[in-house]
Amino acid sequence: MNETGANETSKYLLEARNITKVFGELRANDDVTLSLKPGEIHALLGENGAGKSTLVKIIYGSLRATSGHLFWRGRAVTVPNPAAARELGIGMVFQHFSLFDALTVTQNISLALPSDVDIGALSGRIETVSNDYGLPLRPDALVADLSVGERQRIEIVRCLLQEPRLLIMDEPTAVLTPQEADQLFVTLARLASEGCGVLYISHRLEEVRRICHDATILRHGKLAARVDPQQETAASLAALMVGTEVAAVRTDKGTAPGAPLLELSGLSLATDDQFGVSLKNINLAVRAGEIVAVAGVAGNGQGEFFDALSGELTSSNNATVKIAGVGCGREGITQRRRRDAAFVPEERLGHGAVPNFPLSENVVLTHHSVEATRLETGDGMAGSAVVRNGMIDRDAARYVNRVVTELFDVRKGTPDPEAQSLSGGNLQKFVVGREMALQPRVLVVNQPTWGVDAGAAALIRQALIDLARGGSAVLVISQDLDEIFEVADRIAVISRGEMSQAYPSEELSLERIGLLMAGAHEAVARNAGEAGAA
Amino acid sequence: MGALEAVILTIITASTPLLLAAIGELVTERSGVLNLGVEGMMIMGAVCGFAAAYTTHSALLGVGAGLLAGVGMSLLFAFLTQTLMTSQVATGLSLTLLGLGLSGMIGEGFTGLPGIKLEALNIPFLSDIPFIGPVIFGHDILVYGSLFIVAGVAYVLFRTRLGLIITAVGGNHHSAHALGYNVLRVRYGCIAFGGACSGLAGAYLSLAYTPQWIENMSSGRGWIALALVVFSTWLPKRLLVGAYLFGTVWIMGLYVQALGVDIPSQLLSSLPYLVTIVALIIISGNKTLTKVNTPACIGQPFAPER
Repeated sequence: MNETGANETSKYLLEARNITKVFGELRANDDVTLSLKPGEIHALLGENGAGKSTLVKIIYGSLRATSGHLFWRGRAVTVPNPAAARELGIGMVFQHFSLFDALTVTQNISLALPSDVDIGALSGRIETVSNDYGLPLRPDALVADLSVGERQRIEIVRCLLQEPRLLIMDEPTAVLTPQEADQLFVTLARLASEGCGVLYISHRLEEVRRICHDATILRHGKLAARVDPQQETAASLAALMVGTEVAAVRTDKGTAPGAPLLELSGLSLATDDQFGVSLKNINLAVRAGEIVAVAGVAGNGQGEFFDALSGELTSSNNATVKIAGVGCGREGITQRRRRDAAFVPEERLGHGAVPNFPLSENVVLTHHSVEATRLETGDGMAGSAVVRNGMIDRDAARYVNRVVTELFDVRKGTPDPEAQSLSGGNLQKFVVGREMALQPRVLVVNQPTWGVDAGAAALIRQALIDLARGGSAVLVISQDLDEIFEVADRIAVISRGEMSQAYPSEELSLERIGLLMAGAHEAVARNAGEAGAA
Repeated sequence: MGALEAVILTIITASTPLLLAAIGELVTERSGVLNLGVEGMMIMGAVCGFAAAYTTHSALLGVGAGLLAGVGMSLLFAFLTQTLMTSQVATGLSLTLLGLGLSGMIGEGFTGLPGIKLEALNIPFLSDIPFIGPVIFGHDILVYGSLFIVAGVAYVLFRTRLGLIITAVGGNHHSAHALGYNVLRVRYGCIAFGGACSGLAGAYLSLAYTPQWIENMSSGRGWIALALVVFSTWLPKRLLVGAYLFGTVWIMGLYVQALGVDIPSQLLSSLPYLVTIVALIIISGNKTLTKVNTPACIGQPFAPER
């Protein structure tokens, strides 16, 4: 059946042949080929830095390939810019939304449409299309006031209004509740049945297996495999992405948890930020030896909650936050660190580390008030305090850096590079490892593996579990439910600044978490009560 | 001419250069660029406007020259900050210093020469009506021009696609770029518009306010314009109020002083600043409106990846 090349190519909606993209020394894409048929949901898989985003940006015209060719419905095309891509019928939903907070839904959408579109009639069209596809939107709402799920709907509706033949989605479900994700899958299936191709980037292999018809896997910028995801397991897909088997995290449940080391009682915190979330009467206890995870959709108060725990935001009532039984709600972050607590914020570059400081100086930033690192590489060198009598001991800081980077497999070019020169995954390993080096009794970590590849994520999760099993209390704030179920002993859900009680993780189904995420505390609590009574 | 008429006329004359410079900077900042060189662009507009008018004996040509001088200065700023990616703050400050120095050099031969005054438009009948005639219909082209520009900017910003694009570029340049808008081109345009308005403000000083060339005659008005933009929360309507309020209090202070009222002159000369700041703080009490109108990307450099 290969007598003519023309027929062969024309059955594809899009072909990207032998795409190479060079950034300086880095070959972000190296001879990558991808093809996709109309009506097909095609997964594009790979670890962070494997070149997925580069490839879709080339297809969408935001980047220019160094070499290689694009074919659209069998015809060679050049896509010099996103407008040209949209003209062909390619729409894209970005991972980091390309929305403007200060503008309304209609204004945001009109910016992506050709300039001859009548803005007056647009609101009506938005309402029609959004209801038609089950993605309800208020056209005159200000984007800043919308939830992340609603924002994504804007991006999708914006693409749909252009009647795309190909829809590119970059990690669309990372920000959604399970229910919202299900709704998205319905929309995608409908689009595919109408003949629209979908190029789907995701880290969530289970959902890829569930909805995708075909998969292209990239590794280090090269094409690693082309497989039928429904014939694979999540583990085999992960192995293809990483190149080796990913070590499964050992999740042995430790001994019964001990005394509470981190206690929150009646923690309320009003925000003065227009787009912030106020915390409302949060009660939670994390005991020695256990990991409690806080699930929730982004923007439901996780940032404020973390700040309240770390002491970046202080409470007026000292008793609302207790570390090892001592009230410290009014204390700042340094005083809380002296109580043997450690904190890993969500944003690693800029918040967790100073970009243009070398790693050893970034060590000093969180180790300055404590006695010494407790981790050792086993070479007999004991750690000593990095700051003594107000003076920085650079050797001690470099020692900590060496220990951390060895134990956490932080890959770097020079022994003590600037934080910003590390890749996201490696910097995350450093930021987590730096706090681990203190072997704190209480560890609070926000989004421990956000944007981190499978191998690094497994390493970080294992370290969290090991720390808890060693007798510390670990609180993980995460939006990744797979991660939460992998590490957590108990799970609480935060929604609009309110926290549910912490349920043992084996008692929670995905569905119930989804309900809690959507803010249905009472309903779930009642169901739980009935189930308990029955 | 009655006293009230005279007061109103001087208020309008004092407010117009502030309004012109500030409305230009408002557009520049809306696109996400902070140009601290307003004072420098203004003084260059003043000296070039005067020089051209004196040489050609045409005040209108002077106005044109002032405008071009402002645009020239702003394009230098645009090239440095947008293409060469220098710091906007440092470059803007240098632009002011450059303008003050350069204008002194250009204007050396023009100091003390009799100026060409930009004549008031004489509208038949209307300008002859007592009181209303001089107060409303007796101004020069730049006074009407400044009001027209403010109305035009408000219309473009809030009613047109171009305005939406400017706001989008200033609100999130990465998103604007991802959607295929040319961020640098939009910013170049807005910077040049800001330069043109500052140049006009300068020309107004040397052709209408005091029709002669005096070194440093902008005397800090560029900085006041910058402050007005921030306090107006980037809204043209409020900017208009702010500029005229400032002009009013300033002129009232001068009259009070002339009348010999026993108030320290330092207090009187600081009064316009105080009153304007307080008034604009009060009207910008709506935090949502402020947040929504603040260009989120202001001052941040943008380099498109390619």
